[in-house]
Amino acid sequence: MAFRDSPFSQLKAPLTWTAAAVAVVVGFAALALVLTDRRGAGPYGAARSEFDEVVEPVASVLSAPAHWVSSFGDWTSGYLFAVHENRELKKQVMDLQRWRDAAIALKNLNLRYESLLKLRTEPPIPMVTARVVSDARGPFSEARLADAGAADGVKVGNPAMSEDGVVGRVVGVTAHASRILLLTDVQSRTPVLIDRTNARAILTGDGGPNPKLEFVRGFDPVKDGDMVLTSGDGGLYPRGLPVGVAARDIRGVWRVKLYSDRAAIDFVRILVFDDFSQTVSQADLAASASALPPLTKPEQDQLAAARTAALKPPAPPPSVTASTVRAATAAPPPAAPPAVGPTVRLESGSAPARPRPPKAKPKIPKGAFRPDEVLAQPLPADPPGGGA
Amino acid sequence: MSRYGQTLEPWRWIGLPALGCLAATVALAAPFRVFGFGFPEPVFALAPAFAWAVIRPSLLGPVTLFVLGLFCDLFWGGPLGLWALSLIATYGLALGGRSLMAGQGGAVMAAWFLAACVLAFGVAYILAIILAHEQANLIAVAWQFLWTAALYPIVHWLTDRYEDADVRFR
Repeated sequence: MAFRDSPFSQLKAPLTWTAAAVAVVVGFAALALVLTDRRGAGPYGAARSEFDEVVEPVASVLSAPAHWVSSFGDWTSGYLFAVHENRELKKQVMDLQRWRDAAIALKNLNLRYESLLKLRTEPPIPMVTARVVSDARGPFSEARLADAGAADGVKVGNPAMSEDGVVGRVVGVTAHASRILLLTDVQSRTPVLIDRTNARAILTGDGGPNPKLEFVRGFDPVKDGDMVLTSGDGGLYPRGLPVGVAARDIRGVWRVKLYSDRAAIDFVRILVFDDFSQTVSQADLAASASALPPLTKPEQDQLAAARTAALKPPAPPPSVTASTVRAATAAPPPAAPPAVGPTVRLESGSAPARPRPPKAKPKIPKGAFRPDEVLAQPLPADPPGGGA
Repeated sequence: MSRYGQTLEPWRWIGLPALGCLAATVALAAPFRVFGFGFPEPVFALAPAFAWAVIRPSLLGPVTLFVLGLFCDLFWGGPLGLWALSLIATYGLALGGRSLMAGQGGAVMAAWFLAACVLAFGVAYILAIILAHEQANLIAVAWQFLWTAALYPIVHWLTDRYEDADVRFR
């Protein structure tokens, strides 16, 4: 039966009110989606995964001309500014040669310390290079789609870097694509540290080019030009990845000029970094805990005794009476110690420490290589290729 | 065109502009930067969201805007539903003020579109605060707002092209 023959054909409804009703219904649907969406905090979602998988090849094709034009622009600017850049690079090479020598010396020293202390150092982190095929730059979402995914070993939570510094972290992975949430995104929170003072802070994105430093701890922990690194707290990022340089804005808020802003982000390196929180299985932990044999009676007694001893307050120092004071003052004064070295504070129950004579400083010939002096000097302002 | 006179099928005045918005959004999301400058990122879907309500109230309009908004959210990697809700709010404002806009000149229509953009970005800004517990950078919001407001010529072209294209629209 055709619609015009049905009883509904006589149904009349004002078009404006009907359209408004549909708008209200889809508006509520959109609101429900917004309130239930957990981007970056929960599972990525099947819809987002499927969408990224479909969009990645399309965006890859569409972004190819942009890559060509960008490459041509880089080539042109390199050609036009070659002389100026050459002068700058020569200066920086001279400066960096001292740093290279210092780094080699300190690396050797560090290796010796690590072997002496039997430190368990971090293993090298494998990396996957990916091409960025789409780039969202709005104030409410700053994310990039890269053409490497689970098939290349990328996992959710992996950090992404450009050749200059940290870009962000992977929040969604499909077989052949991954979505990278940038440090500047309004939902991005990154634990960082100030290299000079080791002070911790949280790098908070706000959709602008320079994210804020929040929850900075310590007295005067940040100064203009301080280098900001990832702290590794929480296990999201490895410790020590370069993030940017601290700077104060006109309102007095500390912000970070990102190293990754210095050049176009057409390629990223995704660090296939497995943190403990990613590798450990909570089910396995619980299973292994339940598989432990129960404590025997002597073990329980021993544990209780150790706990009691640990909670017991320390013995008070011997009480000072008038007779002990008189005896002390009547005794002849001890021989004056040699007037060298700092005053040594004695701890109860330990043998009195003898003041140590000061160490004779080794004589260093003038002009000799001193890594500590080199490191005390400020870093050069910009690395080569900066200023994009 | 039907045998009863000049009629306009929905795929022409709703489908084609929607596809154009998708194409423009994808094209401008290319990771392009020369001499430090990249493409702007206007919200193209705001132009049809305003124009469709002005041209003619339709059941397909809000539904298509919902789909367009979801596409923007998924493509830009933002919170799902953020732009869908903003676009529908814009459509609602234009639909409510449709009788006031009838017969007005270009300057008044531009002011209405500006108001619609303010509403859309205001909704998105408030939703971002609710979701991220963080205020979005106002300079970045203003930058995207300006590029979106600059799309008014597209709105003008759409309304001019389709408002009297169908006898049923009068």
